[in-house]
Amino acid sequence: MSLSPENQDTVEASPFGKPGLDRRTMLRRTAAASLVAVPGLGLLDACATGGSSGSTPTSGGGAKDKDNPLGVDKKAPLEVVIFAGGYSDGYAKNVHVPIYKKAFPDADVKETATQEISTTLQPRFNGGTPPDVVDNSGSKQMEFGALVDAGQLQDLADLWAAPSVDDPSKTVKDTLLTGTIDQGMFNGKSYVFNYVSTVYGIWYNAKLWATKGWTAPTTWNDFIALLDKIKAAGITPYGYAGANASYYQYLVLLTSAAKLGGTDILKNIDNLTPDSWKNDSVHKAAEAWASVGAKYTDKSFLGLKHTEVQLKQNQDKVALYPSGNWLENEQKKDTPASFEYAMFPIPSLSTSDKMPVTAVWAGAGEPFFVSAKGKNPKGGMEYFRRMLSKEGAQGFTKETGSLTVLQGSAEGLTLPPGLQSSAKALTAAGKDTFYYLFDGWYKDLDQELRAATNELFYGGGTADKFVDRMQKKADAIKADSSIKKFTR
Amino acid sequence: MRHGKYPFVISFLAIPVVLYVIYVIGPYAQAFYLALTNYNGFSAPTFVGFENFTRMFHNDLFWKAVQHNLFLLVALPLVTMAIALFLSFMLNVGGRSRGGVRSGVWGSKFYRLVFFFPQVLAVVIVAVLFQQILRPDASGAVNGPLHTLGVSPIGFLTNPTVAMWTVLAVLVWQAVGFYVVLFSAGMSNIPQDIYEAADLDGAGRFSMFFRVTLPLLFDTVQVAWVYLGIAAFDAFALVQVLTVEQGGPDGATTVLANEVYKNFLQSKAGYASAMGVALFFLTLTFAGLTVRLSRRERVDF
Repeated sequence: MSLSPENQDTVEASPFGKPGLDRRTMLRRTAAASLVAVPGLGLLDACATGGSSGSTPTSGGGAKDKDNPLGVDKKAPLEVVIFAGGYSDGYAKNVHVPIYKKAFPDADVKETATQEISTTLQPRFNGGTPPDVVDNSGSKQMEFGALVDAGQLQDLADLWAAPSVDDPSKTVKDTLLTGTIDQGMFNGKSYVFNYVSTVYGIWYNAKLWATKGWTAPTTWNDFIALLDKIKAAGITPYGYAGANASYYQYLVLLTSAAKLGGTDILKNIDNLTPDSWKNDSVHKAAEAWASVGAKYTDKSFLGLKHTEVQLKQNQDKVALYPSGNWLENEQKKDTPASFEYAMFPIPSLSTSDKMPVTAVWAGAGEPFFVSAKGKNPKGGMEYFRRMLSKEGAQGFTKETGSLTVLQGSAEGLTLPPGLQSSAKALTAAGKDTFYYLFDGWYKDLDQELRAATNELFYGGGTADKFVDRMQKKADAIKADSSIKKFTR
Repeated sequence: MRHGKYPFVISFLAIPVVLYVIYVIGPYAQAFYLALTNYNGFSAPTFVGFENFTRMFHNDLFWKAVQHNLFLLVALPLVTMAIALFLSFMLNVGGRSRGGVRSGVWGSKFYRLVFFFPQVLAVVIVAVLFQQILRPDASGAVNGPLHTLGVSPIGFLTNPTVAMWTVLAVLVWQAVGFYVVLFSAGMSNIPQDIYEAADLDGAGRFSMFFRVTLPLLFDTVQVAWVYLGIAAFDAFALVQVLTVEQGGPDGATTVLANEVYKNFLQSKAGYASAMGVALFFLTLTFAGLTVRLSRRERVDF
């Protein structure tokens, strides 16, 4: 769910990116937010923290009709905030907002873009004047658990049940890839709309492989044999960026575990089930990837960022790189003519894996939500409905080079080779797709897993230590009453 | 005209005091209050007593951060001031005595300018520069040559035992220039005749520094110590930008301010405030101790 391309412009990503706001600015903003409201210390209770009563929607709605099934007030203004990361905000500015304005010419639609989602928006949620639609993504995203807890998110059930724009005989829900809605559920309610279809695999340079005669492996033995061949050719066989993108690798590790032992493993991890990390499949997967880390990588990648390792791959200095299908677009500027992206699913660990080799981690990324306490929640849902029209989805794909969760939205478009390769893998996987949600639910677990993965892969760690460490953290989170729990 | 004094003074003081209360005291007070709640940044806080503090004291990362701050607190002032004192001594009094007048080594004006350069750069730029200089692969300025020589690269930022020293080195590199200027200003206040007298008594450079310059510079050194100590409690921006995984690898370079920030971003504002309160008391204790311990008689000259 929260899996998105690492934003190029955040601190950890760009060598010359915008710095994160420093502590002083943050404190100052917190202070300003609180004290503008009540400049008296005796009323601390009512300060920054007490203002979440929120405004009731001013737009109760208009009449429902065929083109307006949700009953949006046609004159109500709509405010949209987009995270300007890897996808930038052109798709909203040039595609989705114009579509909405065409449908509701009297509505005043305001679109803004920021990379600092939480710092710019959190005070507004606190003060009860949130924007209607938020693309809550990037490393400064607001934590969904806390937002849900505070009742800030609009239940999207009405949207999914509404007729779709292109074919009114189908509901919006019917037009989506399977799992899309599930990945935005919090304890049984749908609050988050993940717009981008993400497929995960191991990426390579198809042109280089053609000249070397290498082929995509399906079994673990083939994979190791391939790594040996690549090593013999003088290329670093495999690697990921430890400095800021170790979650690309922990996804691979958990994929191996899920293929070996079934998707319940991921479900148990999400649900903090006792001993879910000590599961034998997780242990075996950790063991397998630790041995790859010990023999087939360059340990200096621990200190590099995702763009730096990706550039090395473009220069054919690293052969295999785990990532999502945004990779090709992200590297567009740096990819030489001699490089053509292609991917293969993570090879099976054993011959008796519970899932076929074609199974892939497939998720919906780029989480959007509508503010329940905003002025125009119905308008927000209508905006989503129109994002999920063929026009909206194809416009997004053209702007960003990424596919959306709308079924068949790529029909009639010529896709670049890497995206084609991932689309093919998704089709081949069929129903054998899986995902996890703990990284969005429990940030602590995500952080711990990032560090543990680096330790395992680059730091010479062992599988025993890895599972013990993760189990300890998972148990601690489970025992911590201050952390809101979720299940699926 | 005595009776008009108070309204005049008050009118000047009122606005700063009000602003100070609103923008400095207020947030402090609020942080203390939030530290006792489960505030997450989105819904109204509820009072939870000292739960945040108990949790904090059981958190390994918190203790790691405290350790790193204390390490910086000891090492940063010592190293920075040692280098800065040496350099400013060389720039001001280290040269040959000409007609009884002490001056700096040849080219000292130029050096003074050069030493100040790092101070002009923003911390973030410094961090990004060092990231490239210390890169662990062949593109790193330091590791590149090692690579060509076939020596295994040094994990300046990736080796958990080295990483904190790297952070210290970068902090020192950036701070030295400012203290060179500060000490130079202090040294130029020391009357030449004292040096002349020391010269006549046959004092070499070494004893000149330890017996004359340093004692007479004590006030400035004390100020520098407090500044650097406070800087050691911060180090936020550098750690955030320079290090692997913002305070890594595996928490090896994290400092309190980063833990506050991280928890705040994770919607644990109450918990983050508790850490902020801890940081507040640490800084306060340090400042109090320094002022108390370093109290001694002034030398008037």
